[in-house]
Amino acid sequence: MKIAVLIKYVPEATAAWRFAEDHTLDRDSVDGRLSELDEYAVEQAVRLVEAGSATEISYLTMGPARAVDAVRKALAMGGDRAVHVLDDALHGSDAVGTASVLAAALRRMEFDLVIFGMASTDAEMSVLPVMVADLLRLPAVANAVTLRVDGSALTAERETDDAIEEVVAPLPALVSVTDRSGEARYPSFKGIVAAKKKPVTTWSLSDLEIAPERVGTAGAATEVLAVRPSPPREAGTVIVDEGDAAVRLAEFLAANKLL
Amino acid sequence: MSTILVLVRHDGGTVQKSSLELLTLARRLGDPAAVVHGDVSDALVDALGRHGATTVYAVTPLTPPAYPPVAEALAVAELAARTAPAAVLITSGPLGTEVAARVAVRLDAGIVTDAVQVRAEAGGPVVTQSVFAGTWLVEGRVRRGTPIITVRPNAVTPEPVATPVRPVVERVDLEDPASPAVPRVVARRPKATTGRPELTEATVVVAGGRGVGSAEGFRLIERLADVLGGAVGASRAATDLTWCPHELQIGQTGKTVAPQLYVAGGISGAIQHRAGMQGSRTIVAINKDPKAPIFQIADFGVVGDLHVVLPALIGEIENRRG
Ligand SMILES: Cc1cc2nc3c(=O)[nH]c(=O)nc-3n(C[C@H](O)[C@H](O)[C@H](O)COP(=O)(O)OP(=O)(O)OC[C@H]3O[C@@H](n4cnc5c(N)ncnc54)[C@H](O)[C@@H]3O)c2cc1C
Repeated sequence: MKIAVLIKYVPEATAAWRFAEDHTLDRDSVDGRLSELDEYAVEQAVRLVEAGSATEISYLTMGPARAVDAVRKALAMGGDRAVHVLDDALHGSDAVGTASVLAAALRRMEFDLVIFGMASTDAEMSVLPVMVADLLRLPAVANAVTLRVDGSALTAERETDDAIEEVVAPLPALVSVTDRSGEARYPSFKGIVAAKKKPVTTWSLSDLEIAPERVGTAGAATEVLAVRPSPPREAGTVIVDEGDAAVRLAEFLAANKLL
Repeated sequence: MSTILVLVRHDGGTVQKSSLELLTLARRLGDPAAVVHGDVSDALVDALGRHGATTVYAVTPLTPPAYPPVAEALAVAELAARTAPAAVLITSGPLGTEVAARVAVRLDAGIVTDAVQVRAEAGGPVVTQSVFAGTWLVEGRVRRGTPIITVRPNAVTPEPVATPVRPVVERVDLEDPASPAVPRVVARRPKATTGRPELTEATVVVAGGRGVGSAEGFRLIERLADVLGGAVGASRAATDLTWCPHELQIGQTGKTVAPQLYVAGGISGAIQHRAGMQGSRTIVAINKDPKAPIFQIADFGVVGDLHVVLPALIGEIENRRG
């Protein structure tokens, strides 16, 4: 059973993010990392191998040259190899464009199960897992909390607002896992050393037979017209409780017609 | 006027509030047409007409029943291809996002998710999104294909039209295009209902974090919510500690809320939490640490122990009401 895990290099959550002149996220001015939400996907894949349910893990990422840092981190957690789709023409790709590139890359890889994180921590759209599944005509389970495979099928549990559902999909299948699927491990020193020797293959758009004008800013089906910082919230009142806080808070609520 | 396709959710008799919000928004962009799955009662059609739907596409469920998001995507993509709408509106959230993503791929059309505002412009609807944990606003537009837009609940106030319209109801029978293997729901354990308002729709949300200290302590949050007629929310720390169910989590990997009043008790205000609540109209925070980041966005902050302040506040509110 072979697993492909999709990972993304994203800006550090605590950094001050900015937009570049072309309205894309300025990734050069901030530190990046493997998306924390993708670490849960890596973790699930590594656990499936440890449990003997899977034999191999390949990672797939699309991103700038620095994205290889995210790849090395994932490889340090476990897994065997990685594919990095790297091409200047990809800059500014939208969700539909990105999905078509990832699907084209997956078509050239071997897998029985594809695992995604539930969303990226930067764009936060949560659409890629299902888009890729739709393009590859794979059954998809989004937002799984637990998963297991038994050779021919994937069984996943996921939580909706009003129920916990158990879902079964025949393999090959695609699943995205949430941040409730289980804490991701820290890479061990041995893992970090081993990761340096694991193969990372770079594919360009021509390797994937994708015309550059179909992707990137040029091929995007969406365009950004303007960006601006959200208006800062007006500084409010902060009081220290000296026994009268409840009364003063109730007065504040009443004065604002919130009671 | 051009059609705006709206994916409507309902529970048989009542249309979800978020769907009424979409219809209200759709009227500003064009001529709303509702896409409805399942039994379409007269009461349902009336409610849709009161909110301006001129057409109701009543989609016959597939037999055997298909995986819900796949079935909805099939219907919306098919109707979009048929009616060439000026936009498709779907409510944000796990299910809506899945439907929208599939429709965008099938139509090779641009998708904008989690809109906080959509306005009509000559070149097509202009969509505002709140990004980077609510710190930036982005205005964008779809420039290829039918704009597929998911809209954040509570971004629009649902309003009935002055003169209700009588929608034309059209049955839609879809053919399942020998869809590839789909997942099957084999078991479903319903969760207990609380009788409290739905979190994303509530006008008041009272949320608790690690600072409530215990499952017991979390009951204080619930009591205040009940006194205020609000919904209960939580930080990830509180849900991870199983002091309350996961569906109450607010933030980056939970729900996004924008109520009139948000009360945070024992929540530090981590960026991932703020991402889900800083669009709230009025924010009140109770935290014993004066340096907690939540105070930076609070309209009214109390530095104090919530185990003292909350019971006193509940008592005070009850007193004022006599
Ligand atoms: C990828 C990712 C996604 C995440 N998604 C989310 C998300 O969706 N939602 C979310 O909430 N978090 C999310 N988090 C976690 C987030 O970073 C914080 O860890 C979490 O929000 C902290 O919860 P908290 O404020 O309850 O706990 P803490 O940060 O521990 O804060 C507890 C607060 O309670 C106060 N306190 C303690 N005792 C009392 C008392 N007696 N009276 C008053 N105040 C008291 C303390 O001063 C403190 O400020 C995410 C993290 C990551 C990495």
